[in-house]
Order: sequence, then structure tokens, then C-alpha cells
Amino acid sequence: MAGESCLISNAWICGEYVRTRGQELTDAVLQHIGITAASVAIGVLVAFPLALLARRWRGLAGPVLGATTVLYTIPSLAMFSLLVPMYGLSVAVVITGLVLYALTILVRNILAGLAGVPEEAREAARGMGYGPLRLLFAVELPLALPSLMAGLRIATVSTISLTTVGAIIGYGGLGNLILEGKNSYFKAEVLTASVLCVVLAVLADLALLLVQRLLTPWTRAGRGRAGRRGRARAEEKAVAV
Amino acid sequence: MDVVSRTWQWLATASHWSGPDGVWHRLGEHLFLTAACLLISCAVALPVAVVLGHTGKGGALAVNLANAGRAVPTFAVLVLLVLGPLGSYGSLPTVLALVLFAIPPLLTNAYVGMREVDRDMVQAARGMGMTGGQVIARVELPLAFPLLATGIRSAAVQVVGTATLAALAGGGGLGRIITAGFRLTDTAQVVAGALLVAVLALLVEGVFVLLQRLLDPMRAGIRAGIRAGRGR
Repeated sequence: MAGESCLISNAWICGEYVRTRGQELTDAVLQHIGITAASVAIGVLVAFPLALLARRWRGLAGPVLGATTVLYTIPSLAMFSLLVPMYGLSVAVVITGLVLYALTILVRNILAGLAGVPEEAREAARGMGYGPLRLLFAVELPLALPSLMAGLRIATVSTISLTTVGAIIGYGGLGNLILEGKNSYFKAEVLTASVLCVVLAVLADLALLLVQRLLTPWTRAGRGRAGRRGRARAEEKAVAV
Repeated sequence: MDVVSRTWQWLATASHWSGPDGVWHRLGEHLFLTAACLLISCAVALPVAVVLGHTGKGGALAVNLANAGRAVPTFAVLVLLVLGPLGSYGSLPTVLALVLFAIPPLLTNAYVGMREVDRDMVQAARGMGMTGGQVIARVELPLAFPLLATGIRSAAVQVVGTATLAALAGGGGLGRIITAGFRLTDTAQVVAGALLVAVLALLVEGVFVLLQRLLDPMRAGIRAGIRAGRGR
């Protein structure tokens, strides 16, 4: 089919659309990445102290986990709508909502990772004269990294997918194109934006996997099957959260 | 807060609750969609997960499906289905999207639940001469119940959320109150609709937590055991 006719015939796949609306697509992708990156970054910054507090004072763990689970239950459209009176129709609504969702996943995985640090490793570090801060950053965090990164990957992928709902207030990245395409019955726009969204999620997941491999070289070294099986189990656990 | 009082006023206005755009009708649509789609997805996913878990095959599929479900935006699938060839069949696209997004949590949790059953117990059951079906019904399913129920609960919450999004793609349900509110730039209506949806989601979650506690066969067994012990 010729390039020009696919816009007129409203085909699902249309190279002409991608060529002529390149700028629009780039802007949407950049907005999508920006919203996701900001939300996940703020999520990590908030989740980390929350998880440490919940670990330090056992009594806090229940309420912290309970509150984040309640937030996670609220559907995205409702969450964004409830935040509108607070911020007006601004990007802050979407980012705040996404941060609240990411918190549930991140806090759980950070806590699980820290709980999985072998007591002997802690004892050894203390015996070597490590203070609490050095113990945390030099021993516990590196050992908790696989679980932490698994949480970060899940949070990032679901944030990328949920960002599309931000279209309801005009800040949904690729979601804006999906909503616009739905309203004008423009098939190529909807399909292109949807596919780009999934591609973005897969790329982010792979990038984080790569970072995880680079940060934890010891998990690969000379383990073979046992290591793989352990990792598969860790992933199953992270999924079941 | 001005918004709070205006939202309250919106909720307290009787005319907002009646009629085809009223809360009761939208709530009915929402509950019907949720219940129907949850039943369909359970009927599709649970038997598959139980058989896969029993035989120990297809683990990668069951786990990866949940990951894939997370990466695909619900909103995109809803719009794609509405614009697709199924779009002319009323609420069929919505139902399909709801079922599609309920299946991953069901399948993954049920599969993991079946796999985490102590292999020694399964061996013992086989040693007692139980058939495959008996092992599933009397040993694996009761022990896998907590994760199975967790899967159903997350699927239910997922369906409530997806049904809300369906409004954005032209479907019915409580989400319509929110989208209509945005169109009318009526913040009070937007917040009122969002509150109703949030309360519904939390109620559904709560009801399923309660059901899970009441129906757990292992707990029931323990309770029966305690009663029997007292009787003696």
C-alpha cells in the first residue's frame, strides 16, 4: 500500500503517520520517560527511609505496609482524580499518584531484601568494628540488592504502564496520544503509542536488569544452576507480592 | 476546604443517585461487570493453573504472564479493543479487557501456590494410593488455598480498577461519573466519583480478605480439630 493512503484508509499500521508526526511522538515519549523517572526516583527516596523506619521499629511495619497496600488498592483513575483538588490540573497529580503506587512495591521489596541478609554477615561486620551506618551501606544494602532491584524493576514497569492514565488530565505521555486517537478514531495513532509504551517498559526492564548484573557481580560468579534457581525463586516471590 | 463541602453536596443530592447516569445505575453496571468478568477469568485461569501446578510444567509461562500483564497498559488495550473489530459489540471489548487483565494474577498465584505445596505431602498422598485427581482435591488445593485466594482477591481489585478505566474508553461503570465530571469541569463530581470508586475497591478488597479467612480449609480443619478436642 502506498504511504499516503494509509492515513486516509485509517490503517492500524502507518509509516506515514510515524514520519509526519515524529515530533509529536518524540515529545510524548519524552514526557512519558520524564514522568516515570521522576515518579520512580521520588518513590525510591520516600520508600527507603520508610522501610528503614519500619525495620527499626517493628510496630511501625504493620501500619506502613497496611497504608501502602490500601493506596495500591485504589484504582488509578480514582487516585489521579482525588489528587486534582490538591494540585489542580498539573503534572504533579500524575507524579504523586504514581509515587504512591510505587511505594507499595518498593517498601515491600526493600524490607524483604533487608530481612534476607544473613545474620552471620551482620555479626561478622559488627565484629570487624562496623558502625550501624557502614553496616547498612557496605554490607546489608549490597546483599539486599537483588530483592531491591527486583522491586525497582516491577515498580518501573508498572509506572510506565500507569502513566498512560494521566491522559485524563493531559499529562499521560503516550497516553495522551492514545486518548486523542480514541476520540478522533485514529487507529495508527493509538496502536503506535501503545506499542511504544510496551517497548519503553521492556527497554527499562532490560536496562535495570543490566544495572543489577553490573552491581552484583558475585551473584553470577561460579554458581551455575543453584544461582539461577535461587534467582527464579526470588522473582516468583517478588511477583506474588 | 471548599472542595470537601462541594463534594459532600454532590453526594447528598438525590438526583445524582437516580436515573441512567446516576450513582446506583453506574454502581450496578460496575458490580455486574466485575462479577461477570471475575467469574469468567476464574473459570479460564484456575483450571489451567491447577493442572500446570500439579504437573509442574509451564512455570516460566505462569510467572512471565504476570510480568507481561504489568508491562501492557490497561488503558491502551481498552482503547485498542474499542477501535478494533469487536468495538461494535457493545460492552464486549470491555469484558475482554477485564478478563485479560484478571488472568495474570490468578494464574501466577494459583501456580505458585500449587508448586509451594510440600512435595513430601504429595509423595505421602501418592503412597497412600491417591489418584492424581484426589491429590489435587484433597492435598494440593487445600494447601494452596491461601495463595489461590490471594490471586482471586488481586484479580477482583484489578477488575474493579480496569472497569473504572473502561469509562475512559467509552464503557459504563462508576468511572463514567469521573469522566463526565472532567468534561463538565466539575471538580466536585470528579472527586465524588473517585471517592465512590476508591470505597468500592477497598470494600471489595475487604470482603475478599474476610472470605479468605472464613473459607480457608486449613483453618476450618484446625477449628474443627479444636472443637472435637473439647468434645472429648
